[in-house]
Amino acid sequence: MDSALKPIIEVQDLDLSYDDYVVMHGINFSVNKGDILVVMGASGCGKSTLLKSFIGLKEPAKGKISYDGVSFWDSDEATQQSMMRRFGVLYQGGALWSSFTLGENVALPLQLYSKLSAEQIEEVVELKLALVGLSGYADSYPAQISGGMRKRAGLARAIALDPDIIFFDEPSAGLDPVNSRMLDDLILQLRDDLGATIVIVTHELASIFAVGNSSVFLDTESKSMISVGNPKDLLANSKDSRVIKFLTRGERQGAT
Amino acid sequence: MFSEKVVLDYSTPKTLCIKLNGDWLITENLPEAGEILAQLNDHKEISQLTCDLSKMGEWNSVLIAFLLHLAKGCKRRNIQFSHQGSAQGINKLLNLALKIDDRVALVKVERIPFLEKVADGVLHCVESMRSLFSFLGEVALAFYHLITGKVYFRRDDFFGIVQRCGADALMLISLISVLTGVILAFIGAMQLKLFGAQIYIADIVGIGMVRVMGAMMTGILMAGRTGASFAAELGLMQTNEEIDALKTLGISPVEFLVTPRILALVIMIPLLTLYADTMGILGGFAISTGLLGLNPVEYWHHTQSAVKLSNLWIGLVHSFVFGLIIAIAGCYRGIKCARSASAVGEATTSAVVTAITSIVVATAVITFVCQILGV
Repeated sequence: MDSALKPIIEVQDLDLSYDDYVVMHGINFSVNKGDILVVMGASGCGKSTLLKSFIGLKEPAKGKISYDGVSFWDSDEATQQSMMRRFGVLYQGGALWSSFTLGENVALPLQLYSKLSAEQIEEVVELKLALVGLSGYADSYPAQISGGMRKRAGLARAIALDPDIIFFDEPSAGLDPVNSRMLDDLILQLRDDLGATIVIVTHELASIFAVGNSSVFLDTESKSMISVGNPKDLLANSKDSRVIKFLTRGERQGAT
Repeated sequence: MFSEKVVLDYSTPKTLCIKLNGDWLITENLPEAGEILAQLNDHKEISQLTCDLSKMGEWNSVLIAFLLHLAKGCKRRNIQFSHQGSAQGINKLLNLALKIDDRVALVKVERIPFLEKVADGVLHCVESMRSLFSFLGEVALAFYHLITGKVYFRRDDFFGIVQRCGADALMLISLISVLTGVILAFIGAMQLKLFGAQIYIADIVGIGMVRVMGAMMTGILMAGRTGASFAAELGLMQTNEEIDALKTLGISPVEFLVTPRILALVIMIPLLTLYADTMGILGGFAISTGLLGLNPVEYWHHTQSAVKLSNLWIGLVHSFVFGLIIAIAGCYRGIKCARSASAVGEATTSAVVTAITSIVVATAVITFVCQILGV
């Protein structure tokens, strides 16, 4: 099997719930190495809960999430920690540590998990900030920069350890079209240049079509995954009215 | 009863025609739809209600609210509601509002029986206790890791917290402690004057401040100042997903955020208490020698002989326990904060209330234990 097409993430029979309240059930899909998977669906459909299960913050009620064939939630804490070191996460608002400068935010993962000297860490930090267009901002605090810059700084921190998989939670939310486009370009660049696999949770159609080469559609009413595939193919060929309605902002109702 | 804005016409059988006149704006004095619906109770024969809007002037959302109220009232009474002569905008808005009402009606409002509410409350209490003990367990483990040198937190952060809950609080502690000493001196003077034993004010102020009042006033001030700040800070970090970001990086939030805060407060509160004791004694000294005419040297000697080392130790034990309580209450409420602005406010309030209540309870327990031990 070609290693580039080997599933790096596999989701099997996944159920997500908060106590007795079921958010999603019966989710099955896989993500190949180098894919950009978009998890889409209406607000409140459980996209962010699914993301939390991916990154180790919310244990699923049932089912498996496997990375390279190893089930995350069935592993011991040490294995989970080592798996989590392969992730980079960009949270919705950037989630930068407010008492740290941007440089310190990016440096912390390197200080914890690399064997680099202080000088080397400084160089890597400068490089990562430059990659996201924030060269020269290492000494600024998160409160001193704009929302778009905070997101880019969050991305610099997410890619600090050159992760295999990068998760994005609503990357375009609250950004102007130019900044949103810039972030989309960055996502593509990360996949092409760093060879990262990318999972994006979003409902921004422009971003979905710009970056996604694979997608899953979560439906609020049936609380399940109703469609999977390339978003452009889904728009052209899907027979499901809910998917078509979503992808055309309600302009087309679909066949069924 | 109704203004000229509304004219009721019963001329058509079984139909009430309501003619609206003039401007229907939010700034106008307008009749209420409820008064019209009340009239329907006296006219049971009415099966149709029509609103004639053709003579109406300018309007805004107050008109839609009026029509909506009428439409809902008619629906409840099985009366057919219609309106005529209205602009397209009115139709659209009214239909939109009625559609939302239908959707809301689909949500079933369940009445929870009293016993179920009590049971929920008890279960919630049990769950809260479990969560608190789990947090205390995490804190204990974090301190074990601290002793074995496995905890990671930044030295700069720690010294920043030490400064905030130590040096930055000195002015406030000075003011309150001096005044506490002054109050103790005045209260003592009132009674001791009757026996001509005013010199014993020195004993009251000295023992009172060193044994409990210094620690208690410092504890209460720090609960309101530092405990609240810990809860708000961590609560906001929770809201901004900063704590999630730590977790996904494999950093324990309890080790990284809670340990330095507890450590800083537990170190600084005993020092602040010693400072508060001194300031309180000085306050009492100033009043007793300046206003009540006691001899300064005699007062000083009395204070020295009255305040035993055991009093100082008891005061320090109080302050250590208070430091733990304040830091744990603040950090626990902050870490467990939900993700909204109001939740941060609630976390802050409950951190202060929990800390102050626990301080009073702890004082009572320590005093009782000291009484039994005879110290």
